[in-house]
Formats: sequence, C-alpha cells, structure tokens
Amino acid sequence: MIDLIGYGAFFLTTALIFSLVTLGLNLQWGLTGLFNVGLAGFVAIGAYTSALLTTPDDAARLGGFGLPILVGWAGAMVVGGIAAALTGMATLRLRSDYLAITTFGVAVVVQLVALNAQKLTGGPFGIGFIPRPFGSLAETPLLFNLSNLAVVGAVTLIAYLALEHLSRSPWGRVLKALREDERAAISLGKSARFYRVQAFAVGGAIMALAGALQAHFTGFIAPDNYLPILTFQVWVMLIVGGSGSNLGAVIGSILVWGIWAGSGTLTSVLFAPEQQARAASLQIVAIGVMLCVILLIRPNGLFGDRPRRPRFGKREKAAAIKSSSGS
Amino acid sequence: MSEAVLDVRDLEAGYEPGVPIVRGASITVRKGEIVVVLGPNGAGKSSFIKAISGLVPITGGTVFLDGKDITAAPAHTMVRLGLAFVPQTENIFPLMSVEDNLRVACGILERREIPARMDEMYAAFPDLVRQRRTAAGNLSGGQRQMLAVARALIVHPKVLVLDEPSAGLSPKFVSMVFEMLAGIRKSGVTILLVEQNAKAALAIGDRAYVLVEGKDRHEGVASELWNDPVVAELYLGQRPSRASKGGAA
Amino acid sequence: MSLQFVVDGLLTGSMIGLGAIGVTLTYSILRFSNFAHGDFMAWGTYATLAVVSAIGATFGKVAPIAPLSFGWPLLVALVVGMAFTALLALLLDRVLFSRLRSQGQAIIVVMASFGASMALRSLLEFTFSSRPTYFSRAIQIAMPVGFGIRITPDQIALLLLTAVLVLGVHLLMTRTQTGRAMQALSQNAALARIVGIDVASVVRVTWIIGGALACVAGVMIGILVQIRPFMGFDMLLPMFAAAILGGIGSIPGAVLGGLIIGLAEAGAVQLIGAEWRAAVSFIILMAVLFVRPIGLFGVRER
Repeated sequence: MIDLIGYGAFFLTTALIFSLVTLGLNLQWGLTGLFNVGLAGFVAIGAYTSALLTTPDDAARLGGFGLPILVGWAGAMVVGGIAAALTGMATLRLRSDYLAITTFGVAVVVQLVALNAQKLTGGPFGIGFIPRPFGSLAETPLLFNLSNLAVVGAVTLIAYLALEHLSRSPWGRVLKALREDERAAISLGKSARFYRVQAFAVGGAIMALAGALQAHFTGFIAPDNYLPILTFQVWVMLIVGGSGSNLGAVIGSILVWGIWAGSGTLTSVLFAPEQQARAASLQIVAIGVMLCVILLIRPNGLFGDRPRRPRFGKREKAAAIKSSSGS
Repeated sequence: MSEAVLDVRDLEAGYEPGVPIVRGASITVRKGEIVVVLGPNGAGKSSFIKAISGLVPITGGTVFLDGKDITAAPAHTMVRLGLAFVPQTENIFPLMSVEDNLRVACGILERREIPARMDEMYAAFPDLVRQRRTAAGNLSGGQRQMLAVARALIVHPKVLVLDEPSAGLSPKFVSMVFEMLAGIRKSGVTILLVEQNAKAALAIGDRAYVLVEGKDRHEGVASELWNDPVVAELYLGQRPSRASKGGAA
Repeated sequence: MSLQFVVDGLLTGSMIGLGAIGVTLTYSILRFSNFAHGDFMAWGTYATLAVVSAIGATFGKVAPIAPLSFGWPLLVALVVGMAFTALLALLLDRVLFSRLRSQGQAIIVVMASFGASMALRSLLEFTFSSRPTYFSRAIQIAMPVGFGIRITPDQIALLLLTAVLVLGVHLLMTRTQTGRAMQALSQNAALARIVGIDVASVVRVTWIIGGALACVAGVMIGILVQIRPFMGFDMLLPMFAAAILGGIGSIPGAVLGGLIIGLAEAGAVQLIGAEWRAAVSFIILMAVLFVRPIGLFGVRER
C-alpha cells in the first residue's frame, strides 16, 4: 500500500512535469498558433542551465557554480526564454512552416551540443550530482516522493493559474485574435510579430523550467533524455487534451503519460528482455498512429476550443485542394 | 431567336452553409450574344459567375450548358464541358512564360491541334507574340488581361465568362479590353460578363441583367438599360444598405 | 586541407539534393513541409534491401557488374523500391494527408506528418531492429584522379545517376504538360482548376516523384554509408535547409542547395570534426532565413 502511494506520487510527479511542458506548448500553439517541433531542445536547455548553475564545482567541465536551486530554475527560464525569443525573431516574419523547421533544427543542435561539448555538458555521460530539493529525505522514499510531488504540483499549479490569467488578459486576447485572423495579424505587422515572439519566449521559458524541475527531481541528466521522442510525446499530450485549453493540457499529459507508462510496464512483462527494445518501438508506433487518428476524428481533443475555420483568403486554395482529395 | 447556350435557373450559392450570397438568380445567354450582369456593390455578381464556373459551392438551382446539366461539375471539368472562366484578379500564372501560360491550358486539346491553336491566339493577340518568352508576371495590366482571355479562348469554349475584365485597368486599357471583347464576339464566341463599368459594358453588350442582393431583379436590351429608371433605382436604392458586404467574394 | 572533401561533399550533396526535390515539391504544390519525407527514404532503402535479398535467395549469388560493388539485382530492386516508396507516399496521402488538407489548416498536416514520421521509423526499428546493415560488405578500391582526390567506381556511378535523374525531373517539369500543370498548381491553385487541371492527378504525380527520388537517395546512402532506421530522419534537416536555400518550388535550387550543404558539411568534417556535421545545415538555414528567406532561386510569395 505504501509502495503504491509512493509509486503514485512518483508517477504523478513525472506526469506533472510533462504537464508543465505541455502548458508551455499550449501557450505557443494552442493560444498563439506557433508550431514548435523542437521543444525537447528547450527542455534540455533548461535542464542543463539549471544543472550547471547548481551542481558543485567539477574540474572536468565548466562550473558547476553551486548556486541555490531556485537560482538554477530562474536561470533556466531566462536562458530558455532567450533561446525561444531568438528562434521566434528569426522565423516569425515568415511562413509558419519555417518556424517548425527551425525549431526542429534547434533541437538537433542542442542535442549535438549536449553530446559533443563535453566541457559544457559532460558529453554523452551527462551531468550527475544535481542537488535535489529534499535530498535529505531520500532515506524515506515515500516522504521524498510526496515532497517532490508537492513541489512539482505547486509549480504546475502556479504556472497553470498564471497561464489561465494570461489567456484571459488583453494580451491573451490579442494572441487569440492573431491566431484566428491572419489578415489582422498582417495588418498589425511588426507589433503582431512582437506579440508572437513574446508568447513563444514565455512558452520556451516554461518548457525550460520543466526541464530544470525534472533535472532536480532525478538528480541526473544525459542527452538521451531529450530526443525527438520527447517532443512527440508532449505533442500527443496536448492534442489529446485539446489544444487551447490549459486544463486539457494538464489532463492530457497525465492521461497520455499513464498510457505510456502502462504500456511500457506491459511490454516489460510480456516480452523477453532481448525483445524489449523492439517492443518499445512498437509502443511509439502505437502512439504515432494515435496522434494521427485523433487529428483525423477529434481534432479538438478532449477539451480543445480551437475553432477549425479556414483562414481568411485561403478559401480558394483550401477549396482547390479539397476537390483533389475527393477522388 | 437562337438557342440558349447557358441557362441558369434559380441559382443559390455561398461559401458557408446557411449563408447564401446568391439567392435565386436566373439568367439565359443565347448563342453569339454578349450578356452583361450589372448590380450594385455587394450584389453577389462575382459569386454568381464563380458559382456557375464551379468555384463557389452551389446549394440550389441548376446550370445548363448547351442543354446539359453542369450544376454539380467540379471546376476543373468546366473547360472540357465548354465553359471558360477568366477571373478578375490573379488570372495568369506569374512565374510561367506567356507561351507556357497558353500551353498549360491546352490540356483538353488534341496534341497535334495545339501548335495551330497557339498560332491563332498569337495572331489574334499580336502583343503577346513579342512577349512569348517573358514571365507573365512582368506583363502590363492590359497585356495580362489579353493573356488571360487568350488562355480561355484557346480551348474553343462554348461560352466565355469574365469577371470584371476592366477592373484595375487604366482608362486606355479599359477601352482596349472592351474593343477586344467586341471583336471576340464577332468571331462567334458567346460571352457572359460581370462589370462594374456599366456604361462601357452596355455599349458592347446585347442584353443585361441587374443583380441585387443575389437575385436577378431586372432584365433588358443593353442599349436601353443605360437610361432605364428602374436600373438607376435598383442601383441607388440599394447602395446605402448592405453595400459593403461580400462584394469581393 | 585535402581536396577529397569535394568528392565527399558532392556525394552527400547528391543524396540531400535528391531528397530535397521531394521536399520542395510537396511544399510548393501541397503547401506543407513533410516531416515524414526522411522516412520515405528509409522505407525505400529497406524495401530495396528486401528485394535484393529475395533475388539473392532465388537466383543465388550474382556477380557484380565489373568495377562496381553491386550487380543487376540491386538495379532491379531499386526500381521496385522506387515504386514501393511512391505507393507508400500515395497511401499515406490517401489515409492521412488528403483528409487533413480538406479541413484547410496546413499546419495540422505538418503535425500529422511528424506523427507519421515517428510511427514509420519505429515500425522499421521494430521490423529490422536498429542495427546498421549494408547492401554489400565488399571494400572498393578508390582510384586516385589527381589533386589528392580519390574516388570509387560506385561513387562515380551514383554521381552520374543523380545527374541523369535531376536532368530528367527538370525536363519533366519544364517540357511536359504534367510539369506545367505542377508549376501552375504551385503558383495559383484556384486558377489551375479553372484552366482544367485535375488537382488530384497532379498531387499524385507529386507524391510519385518525391517518393521515388527519396528511395534513390536512401539507396545511395545505403551503398556508400549504411542502412539504419534513422538514416532518413537524420537527413531531414539538411533536406529542409537545401530546399529553403535553393528557393521553395525550384528543382534546380533544391539540387544546388543540396550540393552546397553537402560540400559545407564535408568541409566542416575536415576542419572541425565529424561530430559537428549536423550543425552545418542549421547554420546555413538560419543564415538563409535572416539574409534571404526566399532562397537562391525563390520568388517572393504573393
């Protein structure tokens, strides 16, 4: 029973960290319509920044600086936000696909740096000894897990409330308006772009914070944590929950993480150890198919509010392509 | 009286369900005629001929071309059925040469027929000959309109449908375009056109309809309509209300 | 610095360029960036490998064609693989992309392609495992051709094949009715329908060309490097960068962009080290987006 509660707390902590990433993505995509296919990169930036700032000094690499954990988290948000802002500034004046391609590239480059810049990131072995908020409680796993959950839960709740407030504020209404009406966005020109860069940067900062939380929760990070599969999982979480809804983002994350962890346990029970790598790839296939099916049959997810209306002026083109799909 | 080439009965059409722009419009175009559709801004003229050409979803009524029901025909089959449409704007492929703009429209012609048809078009529009290798996006407004019309004519349409061919052209080009249309009619092509420039259009037209709020409200011989008080009333009476809605759609 | 990087760069550039043709066509005609394109490459390569094995099982060992490392079975298999990849692309369009396109939001299609990419690649891992494999384990002797450059017969043959294919696609695009219809659709979809172009058939041709060329690019990687489920996914960023560098919609641009990126990568490998290769495309991509987002041969969007 105690074990179960402990596992439940552990599961929920991970799920809530995912929720935080999904909330960041929801601000970028759900509210603002910006497509980020490299969010794993921003999560990684947060994790590495906080790790560098807070770990004890290590002769083999830059830092660590042994700063307090909260400074690490703040640093993660600043660096993640700046990285996202730069990405946005490079691409937001162009077609939406360019942002997708660029963010994809950001994730590739972050992965390269994590792997190869040993002096900064510890290379393939990653960074260990990241201080944990309740490290002294590690002797009693239950208490440790529950206190972690409390911290992550509190951070997620704050982020959730802040985002809810933001999306109802005039700022959030402008973002929504820009998402819905391309014509208005174009006529606003530079200032519209500035709004979008802000939203993208705040979203990136939230993702980075989630990465930092995760790093301090596990105490150890490595490049493998931030592969494209992470990006993919978070997208599925947002789409299942329904883009545009913060509540949907949180519930979708818990739900999808539940399915993911559950099917992972199932494969480890059902398949022999040497077959498990293959079984894990089948798990990804299943989730990929799920994403496509949801997009096809329930594009608004469970809680989504995103109206599916063609953009102004695209009618002709949309109709043109439509007629082609009939045959 | 000769037979109807194009016969539109009680047409209803619109982009979104429940929001009709064309609300029960009927017209007839007979062989060899130029028929003009006039109307105040926002009357749905443009949507009306786009619906006929398969570009705006039709929700009611019928369109007959040469006695054949083409109401549900997809837009890309219209040229094969004999209806060639010239949109008001963006009616050429800007990055393709003049020659390729014409050739790309020849998809429904027999292969061996194409060179002769191209030559005929160049003969009819000599301005285009010198520009045949130029990217169409570099042509002047009047030349673009010529190219768009030549591209529509190259497939021997039964009826040529034009959406405001004079829109956006300088006065010099406007008269050139209407002279061109009069010449095309002389060669035996039937023409349906929508025009804001009522005076110029009525000068070359045989008959005209006045479309108001998506319905045909008045019909008459083109040369008489210019001084027809009913037309003035329909125009002026409608102008203050609803004038700005959906005009360009 | 040895000039060997020129040969390496041209070869990498050929693979990127052939892939980028498909990317640029999908982008300009179907109006979305297809993240599953790299996985078409990988699927085509594994399909070709499967056919080679099947031929080997049926006819026994076949001697390679004189100086090359492969014999006629690979050529036959390549043609089958190209057809297979084209069918795969058509199938994916039928069940997924075309349905989402009809809903009118291009970026949803991009997302679906990302999901499809994950699923396709993992399905390869499931079927063939993630261990690398090869068409042939024979080692080829590279011939010196002066200036310190060495090149193998396989490499010469593949460069020639690329040249022939690129020329073929270019002629198709500029000299045939199908090609003109593709250009027309990319420039103005509504007008294309008005002039009688059947959008559905042009879309089919686009997938067939893109899929078939992706397969060739993948098989080149298979012959010269190795076959892995991730082989195509790793090419995605260079292909996008090449398509954007060349100017979206331009076939010569995509190929030239591919060659430039290939040469830059090969140069970087010599100067900085192989581990940073993947960053080259990103740097070039960012430079293009800041300096000239329409690319070398691109035209401002209307």
